[in-house]
Amino acid sequence: MMQETTPLEGSAPIAASVPKPRGRAIVVTSGKGGVGKTTTTANLGTALARTGARVVLIDADVGLRNLDIVLGLENRVRNHLLDVLEEKATLEEALVVDKRVPSLQLLAAAQTREKDDVDTAQMKALVDRLRDRFDYVIIDCPAGIEAGFQNAVVGADEAIIVCTPEVSAVRDADRVVGLLGNEMKVQLIINRLRPALVKKGKMLSVEDVNAILRLPLLGVIADEPDVIISTNRGEPLANDDTSRAGASYRAIAGRIAGTDTSKPEIPQEPSFFEKLFGGRR
Amino acid sequence: MLDFFTRFFKPERSGSLAKERLRLVLLSDHLSLAPDVVESLKRDLIEVISRYCEVDVANTDVSFEQQDSAVAMLANIPILGLRTGRPTPPSSAPPSTPPYEPPSGATPAHAAVAHDEPKIAADLATHAVAEIAAAAPVVAALEATVASPIESAKPKASRKRRRRRPNLTQQAPAT
Repeated sequence: MMQETTPLEGSAPIAASVPKPRGRAIVVTSGKGGVGKTTTTANLGTALARTGARVVLIDADVGLRNLDIVLGLENRVRNHLLDVLEEKATLEEALVVDKRVPSLQLLAAAQTREKDDVDTAQMKALVDRLRDRFDYVIIDCPAGIEAGFQNAVVGADEAIIVCTPEVSAVRDADRVVGLLGNEMKVQLIINRLRPALVKKGKMLSVEDVNAILRLPLLGVIADEPDVIISTNRGEPLANDDTSRAGASYRAIAGRIAGTDTSKPEIPQEPSFFEKLFGGRR
Repeated sequence: MLDFFTRFFKPERSGSLAKERLRLVLLSDHLSLAPDVVESLKRDLIEVISRYCEVDVANTDVSFEQQDSAVAMLANIPILGLRTGRPTPPSSAPPSTPPYEPPSGATPAHAAVAHDEPKIAADLATHAVAEIAAAAPVVAALEATVASPIESAKPKASRKRRRRRPNLTQQAPAT
């Protein structure tokens, strides 16, 4: 295990002479609840870690801990975010190593505490500290724009907006983008697209959503039954080589890392003949 | 049965409905203007212009639309004729009435704004008057662009474009 060097308060800059490459701190946010932030965080973390990157996921949804469930790590959580912030536990004691991908670690949220219990400055210091030890610090932001949102965002210098093709989700995403400020690099993932409905004109299309939000598009995830099955099981789809959504998550991870420069693929409804003659869904 | 046929020939496309609803809701989000505020803005605008001209209230139209990255206010106010003599002084309204406050208690929007004079309305009125003086009776076309908060970082001058030119042929009521 790595050595604990700086105390939590010690957000002092590292000895300036040799600038150590620091990890990227990315917050996954949406404004609206239930659009798939946690699932996205779990899958992007998994996909990035599979490439060998050191990734830590922070569940910033204090009081409503969920990221551990989606990752299937709920039985391994001993200490949580607030224990670390309040120095009741060390980082080593609180970080949970993933079952499948060892370079992925989780810092769970406190379940019996409230969002207001988190000190914003301490949260920023914690993210700063983790950036020295991991290539990616990915923060799962709670829904809403109150204290929990502020705490999740404070340490990040990049944001991923998760948005579904719904009027309410786009409106909230638009609001959140406005709150993130101009310093932040903001990118978009459109989740739960149903290509068949888009084709019939019964759902906002990717273009419709991004005509409003106008953000760089990282990727589009289709609404697939296996997403639900994977959360039932606590096994992120990014580990499933046969899953279409899993492939989308891995492609997004590639775009985040900069190894994939291709344009995001937009899921399409298979044509009549494709349906007739089978092949891959 | 009829329902079946209408459905068959005109399939429901709620996607475009969603798009339109989204557009409208974001417009008021970006302007921080609730629909009732827009309504009272319109009323005030007419009131100010009415001091100088006879306004065709029924055919007045105030709308907002997205133009590139800015939101434009378009006011189409048909002028029936100029008022003779000095304009009615604004003192008809109670002096220094408080600005419009969004839903505060029981005061109905109508009553609350009847005498208010938001600055924006006054500014626009000057433009309107300038145009009307040149060629009355005409349709006064006002336009103001408001940078939407999100885009405000980009260098975007508060350019005023005049989309609807006063149309002399269309609206020429007998004077």
